[in-house]
Amino acid sequence: MSWLDRLLGKNETSSQMAKQRLQMVLTYDRSDLPPGLLEVIKDDIIQVIAKHTAIDTDKVVVHLEQNTQENRLVAEIPLLAARARRNGAASK
Amino acid sequence: MSAQILTITSGKGGVGKTTVAANLAAALAMMGKRVVAIDADIGLRNLDVVMGLENRIVYDLVDVVEGRCRLRQAMIKDKRQPELYLIPAAQTRDKNAVSPSDMVLICDQLREEMDYVIIDSPAGIERGFRNAVAPADKVLVVTNPEVSAVRDADRIIGLIEAEEKGPGQLILNRVKPAMVGRGDMLSVDDVLDILAVELLGVIPEDERILVASNQGLPLVMHGVNGASAGEAFRNVARRLEGEDVPFVELVQKQTFMSRLRALMNGQ
Repeated sequence: MSWLDRLLGKNETSSQMAKQRLQMVLTYDRSDLPPGLLEVIKDDIIQVIAKHTAIDTDKVVVHLEQNTQENRLVAEIPLLAARARRNGAASK
Repeated sequence: MSAQILTITSGKGGVGKTTVAANLAAALAMMGKRVVAIDADIGLRNLDVVMGLENRIVYDLVDVVEGRCRLRQAMIKDKRQPELYLIPAAQTRDKNAVSPSDMVLICDQLREEMDYVIIDSPAGIERGFRNAVAPADKVLVVTNPEVSAVRDADRIIGLIEAEEKGPGQLILNRVKPAMVGRGDMLSVDDVLDILAVELLGVIPEDERILVASNQGLPLVMHGVNGASAGEAFRNVARRLEGEDVPFVELVQKQTFMSRLRALMNGQ
């Protein structure tokens, strides 16, 4: 990383990028999940939850997390109702 | 006394398996151990030239397997070390000429006469890899601080465990301290975080490795001291012998944050 990058606030070094990319790719390598599966799961989750409550479908994220020896699927599903309520209260 | 069988493997090619095998074999022999190195890369013979024994090959590993010679006849004796031998790979055959059970049989014969059998595995995860790993007591995984090599090392570590030869031990080869220092190369700690495996050695990049292979004289036999790759190989050999050798700090990075972290970790 050059001093110019530092000055411009590009703080991430190439070794940090390498580490992050490796951690990501190895999480998938180790899980044996076929590529594209997470997108399918995400769409299904959106359908199920959308039946019951309003969600921000564009902001749903499903990803794999790995800690020590365990893989877990993590879904983040922002509820639209809660945010809309808050926004409504603020505008009064 | 029974030999320890060490297999040197990596998954990815070109990370320095053969260099590691030649230098570890030589370093252990220089410590007075009886050592035989086996080139398990059938069809792509290499260890002989790195060890400088290419002119003395008569029989090879496939000749032993197919009964054309006795095991002793295929063991080329190193001239510089009294108890260092090489069993070369066949150059004109393919990897299917040897099976995993052949390798187990050969290594069992060597156990009584030797202190170490060091097997140089071919790259890849196919037959040649399984041949090399089958007789192993311990598997040493060589990698470089580079995304493709580390990814393959992770796969190999998984396969070693699947073959019930794990846990593998790691040798991180070709580390460039200056690049690590400026954040342009994965550090030892980064690689260990990612792979979660026991570290056996860190070998710095060293131009003399190429000089040594030009000459056919493994670097540890050159007798150079200081923080060189040769010293790092000798340290790996001592660790294999059970000595507690501290890892040489390659990177001298003294930033405010690193000092603070060291302070907080009580170092």
